Amino acid sequence: MAVPVDNLTKPTPPSSTLRFAFGNVIAFFILLLIGVLAFSIRLFSVIKYESVIHEFDPYFNYRVTQFLTKNGIYDFWNWFDDRTWYPLGRVIGGTVYPGLTLTAGTIWEVLQSLNIPLSVETVCVFTAPVFSAFAAWATYLLTKEVKGTGAGLTAAVLLAMVPSYISRSVAGSYDNEAVAIFALIFTFYLYIKTLNTGSLFYATLNSIAYFYMVCSWGGYTFIINLIPMHVLLCIVTGRYSSRLYIAYAPLVVLGTLLAALVPVVGFNAVMTSEHFASFLVFIVIHVVALAYYIKGILSPKMFKVAATLVVSVGLVVCCAVVAILLAVVASSPTKGWSGRSLSLLDPTYASKYIPIIASVSEHQPPTWPSYFMDLNVLAFLVPAGIIACFAPLSDASSFVILYLVMSVYFSGVMVRLMLVLAPAACIMSGIALSEAFDVFTRSIKFYISNLSEFLQTDAGDTLPGNNVSPQNEVLKNEKKEDTLKERPSRKNKKKEKENIEKPSVKSKTEKRPLVLPVEASFFALFLTVLLGGFYVVHSVWAAAEAYSAPSIVLTSHSHDGLHVFDDFREAYAWLSHNTEVDDKVASWWDYGYQTTAMANRTVIVDNNTWNNTHIATVGTAMSSPEKAAWEIFNSLDVKYVLVVFGGLVGYPSDDINKFLWMVRIGGGVFPHIKEPDYLRDGQYRIDSQATPTMLNSLMYKLSYFRFVETDGGKGYDRVRRTEIGKKYFKLTHFEEVFTTHHWMVRIYKLKPQKNRIRGKTKKSKSKTSSTTPRSGTVKKNPWH
Amino acid sequence: MSYVVGACGGPNKPFCKKEGFVHCSLRTSSLTIIVLHIFFRRLGSILSEKARLNMEVFVARSRLTLIFSLFALFSLSSSSLSSSTTELQILTAERRIDLASHIIRVVLTLKVQNDGTSAASDVLLAFPPAQAKHLALIQAAEVAGKKRKKSLHPLDVKPSNHADGPNGAKFYSISLRNPLGTGGSVSIDVSYVLTQSLEPFPVEIRQSEPQLVLYRDSALILSPYEIKQQTTVIRTPSTKVESFTRVEPSTQLRTELKYGPYEDQPSFSYSPILVHFENNNPFAVVEELVREIEISHWGSLQVTEHYTLVHNGARHKGGFSRVEYQSRPTISGVASFKHLLVKLPPRVHSVYYRDNIGNISTSHLRTGYSKSELEIEPRYPLLGGWKATFVIGYGIPLEDVLFESDDGKRYLNFSFGCPIAETLVNKITNKVVLPEGSKNPSVVVPFSVERRAETSYSYLDIVGRPVVVLEKENVVPEHNVLFQVYYDFHPMSMLAEPLMLTSVFFFLFVAALAYIHMDISIRK
Repeated sequence: MAVPVDNLTKPTPPSSTLRFAFGNVIAFFILLLIGVLAFSIRLFSVIKYESVIHEFDPYFNYRVTQFLTKNGIYDFWNWFDDRTWYPLGRVIGGTVYPGLTLTAGTIWEVLQSLNIPLSVETVCVFTAPVFSAFAAWATYLLTKEVKGTGAGLTAAVLLAMVPSYISRSVAGSYDNEAVAIFALIFTFYLYIKTLNTGSLFYATLNSIAYFYMVCSWGGYTFIINLIPMHVLLCIVTGRYSSRLYIAYAPLVVLGTLLAALVPVVGFNAVMTSEHFASFLVFIVIHVVALAYYIKGILSPKMFKVAATLVVSVGLVVCCAVVAILLAVVASSPTKGWSGRSLSLLDPTYASKYIPIIASVSEHQPPTWPSYFMDLNVLAFLVPAGIIACFAPLSDASSFVILYLVMSVYFSGVMVRLMLVLAPAACIMSGIALSEAFDVFTRSIKFYISNLSEFLQTDAGDTLPGNNVSPQNEVLKNEKKEDTLKERPSRKNKKKEKENIEKPSVKSKTEKRPLVLPVEASFFALFLTVLLGGFYVVHSVWAAAEAYSAPSIVLTSHSHDGLHVFDDFREAYAWLSHNTEVDDKVASWWDYGYQTTAMANRTVIVDNNTWNNTHIATVGTAMSSPEKAAWEIFNSLDVKYVLVVFGGLVGYPSDDINKFLWMVRIGGGVFPHIKEPDYLRDGQYRIDSQATPTMLNSLMYKLSYFRFVETDGGKGYDRVRRTEIGKKYFKLTHFEEVFTTHHWMVRIYKLKPQKNRIRGKTKKSKSKTSSTTPRSGTVKKNPWH
Repeated sequence: MSYVVGACGGPNKPFCKKEGFVHCSLRTSSLTIIVLHIFFRRLGSILSEKARLNMEVFVARSRLTLIFSLFALFSLSSSSLSSSTTELQILTAERRIDLASHIIRVVLTLKVQNDGTSAASDVLLAFPPAQAKHLALIQAAEVAGKKRKKSLHPLDVKPSNHADGPNGAKFYSISLRNPLGTGGSVSIDVSYVLTQSLEPFPVEIRQSEPQLVLYRDSALILSPYEIKQQTTVIRTPSTKVESFTRVEPSTQLRTELKYGPYEDQPSFSYSPILVHFENNNPFAVVEELVREIEISHWGSLQVTEHYTLVHNGARHKGGFSRVEYQSRPTISGVASFKHLLVKLPPRVHSVYYRDNIGNISTSHLRTGYSKSELEIEPRYPLLGGWKATFVIGYGIPLEDVLFESDDGKRYLNFSFGCPIAETLVNKITNKVVLPEGSKNPSVVVPFSVERRAETSYSYLDIVGRPVVVLEKENVVPEHNVLFQVYYDFHPMSMLAEPLMLTSVFFFLFVAALAYIHMDISIRK
């Protein structure tokens, strides 16, 4: 791609064109290898475990993809899924970001048309690694636009193995982010490219890339806020140009129109506050464009008069517009902001108001170690990259700086958004490393050329061309790079060209004293390579150990070898083969997606937490005593209840540990569930000190039913590291129908109603008084 | 003799009504007796390598089959019903019924004598309709020589085209090697396999209960001929026999129930018996097995087997308690099963065992020179009525299974049935995917199968691969014999796909070259 660009530049000596052609071939192969690296480093999960879909959300995406490949695109748009959120159901076509699904579906179709018999699952598993390679290439393109090929290649290598991105894109992690990060970087690249060239072609491509991003991930709002911010920054700092206008205006118009095509976004693209900034800046850029235009045709004096006139009128108009906007925004209940977006602005918002968002670990603010874990040495290289971006500051580098700053803020709010920070950090670090290498190698070259000069004069050799050439070449190199950067600007406006060339000339003159002593450069070079080595080692470790576990299969190493805990799939397989097709399974929402995808059974709630009341109902049932729970479940037509229990093998993320969230979420809607009832002196415990409400809750009973018989009467819970409080009890309304090999999943069946009534018919007359309070409990059931 | 006529005081149990095999003694004329002697092969132990050795035997046998069937055709046309009226008589008959697993194996030793005037070429066997429906396999052999120098000659057995006997009794006719002359006698060994003839009773059991089953049969061997002397021995898996119908003289000796000896029973005598006993052996039934056998001339045979397994015994009722299952394995869930043994060919490689949600981690593979054994566990123990689906796949070096015949054809020589030990397959579908470009497939299978042709497309195929689909119902381990698929194949077809790929890339590069060297800009 870069070859024709080089050929277009001014005629250079044939030797150097050859050298650059060679350099481009090397760059091409390096890029190819980076792609291979990005792909293969993500295969640890397949090698260590198996080719399987990971975690929770990917299972839903996989299921949607299966539906798409089976029924086609039109059925997909109209898909009403009745196997989830029973009895409400869910409109899938209108509530998912279809980018990932459509991508994988298309790949599968193409493979099928070539008669390559890959299953949908295989395609889904390997979509994320493939797109990581694409993302690395997009990073190369973006950084190349900012700081040249060297920085581009370094940034691409860094991105190919940045742990933060690996955590979301290992093989099998079939999630929106896998595709979206590529789309994000590529959109930014096209924006910068348009900004540098002023080409409408790239502007159109940019809108299409933005459309793909909107299709893929809710994070597209990041783009549609960041780019206006950058435009505003450019305008404020006096960097307005027609290129900026071309880069921005088509994106807003075309991009918004295209975004509105995606069903899940629809009119939100113009109705919600997340998009208002872009429209505001759209107006501003037009005003500025008009001002510049008028400035061009008027004399400076006239312009001043006109400016005062316009500003005074404009202020009035602006006030009116702002007032209208505020009124519109204020009229909507959430002030036009969705819960997740609000929690971005105010990090404490979610934990205060929306327990269901706060209950997800990836929505928590990150800890400091997680920065080191996910970015490693990049965290230290970023400041250097920022400095490098300021020398000289261009439109492109200012955008990268802005991107970094914003993503650092957002990553501080939500762990999940570390993913957005990772490319920015990679770009910055790539620039920093590349600049550092540049300085060190130049110093060394300078030293070597001096040395050879010295030697040649010593030996009295007569080859004057030689001793000059390395230095010259270095200079030529620099010149070349600069011309490369300037080329687009020259094409458009000579004014601009002069502006930029001046600092570059200055930098050239400044670069001279940047030559370091050779020992220092060698040492620094060594240290930089060492730093890179650390990064590689850490990334490979993270990919192999930390982020490859599929979470549905657990393994543990003990003295007698590897133990595999495959209980989740055991339970799901049992459900899918040994229950009726239309049976409803209730579980906490974490397992909803997996149950529908693996067991193909209808669930009450799932990981798409769109209906808080429904989730609260299940939370209430789990925290109620057996009988009340039975009534709630029965009213929901539930036949089986699934709980996850880690007490036997020490699996910590089980339902007992999540139980307080069920209480909180349930209590948030049904006030008779009170969190303090489940806590003893503010402490959550399940031992003999636990409160009776806790010990009688359905979750406790279903988790520990006959648990005491496993270790001869002690009932020692290995997660909570304590003996359980209530050891011997019977279930009256539920019946254990299946427990997996390591007891991690336990499935209970609701006993049919008639079994309870039988034999009580005589008493029912005499106990009419006792039935009235029962109706009181029935009232608590939200479904009555 | 029958209980209706009352010649013998056969117990008239209410169970009998179901089978209701009311006798009609047709002819009491003296029958020519041909003494058959019994050939009993332990069919369950047919291993693949043995089968391979026996391959030639089967080829020979299939030719023999042809000859015999032709022969039988002639003999039948000459004496259509006369063969049944041929006056045969069974001198001694001994029947051993093995009820150890859910697949019932019966060995019948007959000594047949011809008392008639004309020579007899066929011997008829009669089965009650219920048994005939579940008859998976029947084999017969003529025993020649005395005790020391016994030699077995396999005989052809096929459903007889005679009209059904009384009460819908089905006939199978055994074609003798040589027509039996007047006064001559012959010993025949008949072995047959019955499936799904054990009826769980009670139909539903709890986890802690053992599995009891009913077996229905007749104390007397159903035969169109008069039987002079007969005994029936029923072997049960354990001594726990709840009850059995007594038809004097009948005795129980540990795991054996002995009926008889009974003397001089007329033809079509029937005396229903019922054995109620404990059988905790795995009732593993594969409802459907689809095997894809894909031949690649690049050196490997890939087999993919899709199973739908079900525990076909007494249905499980009530809850399943893991704590009981784990702590009291001898009492709790005795009728359930966890392990299955899959017998694979030797030198098997890249074996996998998974289902549609991923790999199943509980399996062990032992490879050896003569055979490979794969021990698999379903994801969960199978209690009565529980189902599981899974896929087993493996590769075999092509030289072990693909050969070239004398006339230049290639043929695949592979085992037909289900490789899981002691498993009944309700329906098996063997799909032999031949390489692209192969022609004229023909199949040699030692028993009757349904055959279809399909085309499948895989890895860059253009014309598609011919697929030979062989379907059979009611398949038992005894069907694990080799079958052959012959086809024509030209080695050049192997090169089609690599050539196609290279040419695609070539044209891609040429196009790129042309694009770079062309100037297609509007402005100059």
